Amino acid sequence: MFNFIMNPPLLTTSNLRVHFPVRGGVMLRQTGAVRAVDGVSLDIAPGETLGLVGESGCGKSTLGKAVVRLLKPTSGSIRFAETDISRLSQRALRPLRRDFQMIFQDPAESLDPRMSVRSIIEEPFVIHGIGSRAERHQRVNELLDRVGLPTSAAERYSFEFSGGQRQRIGIARALALKPKLIVCDEPVSALDVSIQSQILNLLVELQQDFGLSYLFIAHDLSVVKHISDRVAVMYLGKIVELAPAETIYRDPRHAYTKALLSAIPTPDPRVRREKILLEGDVPSPIDPPAGSAFGHRINHPRYDESIGLDLALTEIAPGHMVAADPCCLSEEDWRKLRLSPAPQSPEFE
Amino acid sequence: MNGPNGNILEVNKLITSFETDRGLLRAVDQVSFSVPEGKTVGIVGESGCGKSVTAMSIVRLLPQPAGKILGGHVWFKGRDLVQASDDEIRRVRGGEIGVIFQEPMSALNPVHRIGRQVVEVFRLHQKISKRDAWDAAVEMLNLVRIPAPEKRMMDYPHQLSGGMRQRIVIALALACRPSLVIADEPTTALDVTVQAQILDLMARLQDEMKMSIILITHDLGVIAETCDEVVVMYAGRVVEKASATELFANPLHAYTKGLLHSIPTLETPSKSVLNTIPGMVASLAEHTHGCRFCQRMGRSLPGTRERPAFIEVSPGHWVENCAVCTANIEHPTSNIEH
Repeated sequence: MFNFIMNPPLLTTSNLRVHFPVRGGVMLRQTGAVRAVDGVSLDIAPGETLGLVGESGCGKSTLGKAVVRLLKPTSGSIRFAETDISRLSQRALRPLRRDFQMIFQDPAESLDPRMSVRSIIEEPFVIHGIGSRAERHQRVNELLDRVGLPTSAAERYSFEFSGGQRQRIGIARALALKPKLIVCDEPVSALDVSIQSQILNLLVELQQDFGLSYLFIAHDLSVVKHISDRVAVMYLGKIVELAPAETIYRDPRHAYTKALLSAIPTPDPRVRREKILLEGDVPSPIDPPAGSAFGHRINHPRYDESIGLDLALTEIAPGHMVAADPCCLSEEDWRKLRLSPAPQSPEFE
Repeated sequence: MNGPNGNILEVNKLITSFETDRGLLRAVDQVSFSVPEGKTVGIVGESGCGKSVTAMSIVRLLPQPAGKILGGHVWFKGRDLVQASDDEIRRVRGGEIGVIFQEPMSALNPVHRIGRQVVEVFRLHQKISKRDAWDAAVEMLNLVRIPAPEKRMMDYPHQLSGGMRQRIVIALALACRPSLVIADEPTTALDVTVQAQILDLMARLQDEMKMSIILITHDLGVIAETCDEVVVMYAGRVVEKASATELFANPLHAYTKGLLHSIPTLETPSKSVLNTIPGMVASLAEHTHGCRFCQRMGRSLPGTRERPAFIEVSPGHWVENCAVCTANIEHPTSNIEH
């Protein structure tokens, strides 16, 4: 496991918010905001994989993009290896960008069809002015080899390749500048199962070889469990539970995590697990409920009690954080949290 | 009134091809399977294996003019749908056979209200007044558990969430109380929690309406939870079929084993190396006559030029008997197809 006292985290977000303005009326004045990410505090240690799960529209992709500053946060801070990058200009960010990269869900859309594979992988070197032409040529060949593609692939175009191979090209490009952190946004969800396992194996291998950290965003909970050291569960812009992967799957405390886990189909017809069927869908992040968002969805009798409460993540067991929410915890857990004198929230201010 | 062997649907040596610039490509190559009454049969395989083309061939919804059924039979309630006239097949489709598509947004017409689209199905297949059709539509939305169905009838598809839209598509497919429903990746575009709702709904409706289901999916978890029988397809052919319990407990073909072992489950140790299947599904133009999985694995063995026989290893458990892919099993051969 990771020793957070010995190793300062590579990435820390603190109370991070990303809101998108909603405009309406004749004058297109701002009439509201989509609170896509609404106060997220988390950290990632060097060499660690943090899994991020949640339903579509919960804000997980927005959070991933904000972390690598493809989006500008509305408030809060993002500290990457001692530097607060949340408010840096694009120009100031550029030299830092080599340390954090991103892999996208659909490699067909994130790779330029008019560029050869060589120019796609070489581009980061050109942008950062690294190496001579010959050195870059050599590096591209090494990278292709590292991700399991033949050198001959370099002179072809991305659309000539299958989904799995294109994802390898995307990984090679992300690896080019030897980053410390890669945000993987649903990297295997568009792939067939046999190809999916090839890419997962490659990601694990690369992590071990280069000491990479991953923020691994996915909706497939079995995949997330497989690759992550810790898992954060996101619901309507907020993290509701965060714990070591084994713990969260063995002993989920938040009602939403429990429902999410019970919904995973088990690939064994002899096993029949009791499912917690949720009614309805994720509520709109434009006008989120005043109290517990999940309590509101499931119509919890204690919903009114949750209005006005600070539903921040609180440590319930060593390394196991859960939102202090009366609607989503067992009676016992809720009492335990309420009685604990000083809730430890992961603020690194 | 059912097929020759008493099942509601019997697909027999179906061949479907596409005319392309590179000649006639065979997407479905002599596929046979049957659907017993009231049961769910899953067709599983990777993209390009021909599972969707197989299903769409049953109701003859193939891309025109490229797609053609070149051989075989589809016995449904005593008729061969391959030979049926266009009028006949149009009555069956949406009537006795309902179809649920993967992407509900493209299955619904974006410029018409939900109500009009559900009413249309009733009006097309039944002699029914507009008012009765409207009432039947509301009842149908109620059946698929859409809250406030009268209000939703006035909505356009884009006003509904993905899960609600898929419920509408299910309502359309079930409107005429079909005896067979073909569901092509019905939950692939949905979140797990919504997927669980939809699968639960389909199971309950199946019980209530006593229908048979063909479920096409790439998700082995969904197969294990919902299907009675499983058909595994690879490169246009059925490589293995068995009851779900038998298939998961005792897979025989190397491809089935590969699929089952490459998915991480909650029990797999973290970051352990997952089993992989090298290469990818060969494109249609590259299909060989011999064992196609051997082709993917880069094996070219003397004597594998012929298509492996499809044999019944134990009652109900069939496998394509390739010398390499099904090695190390004993074959108490009783039945041989092809």
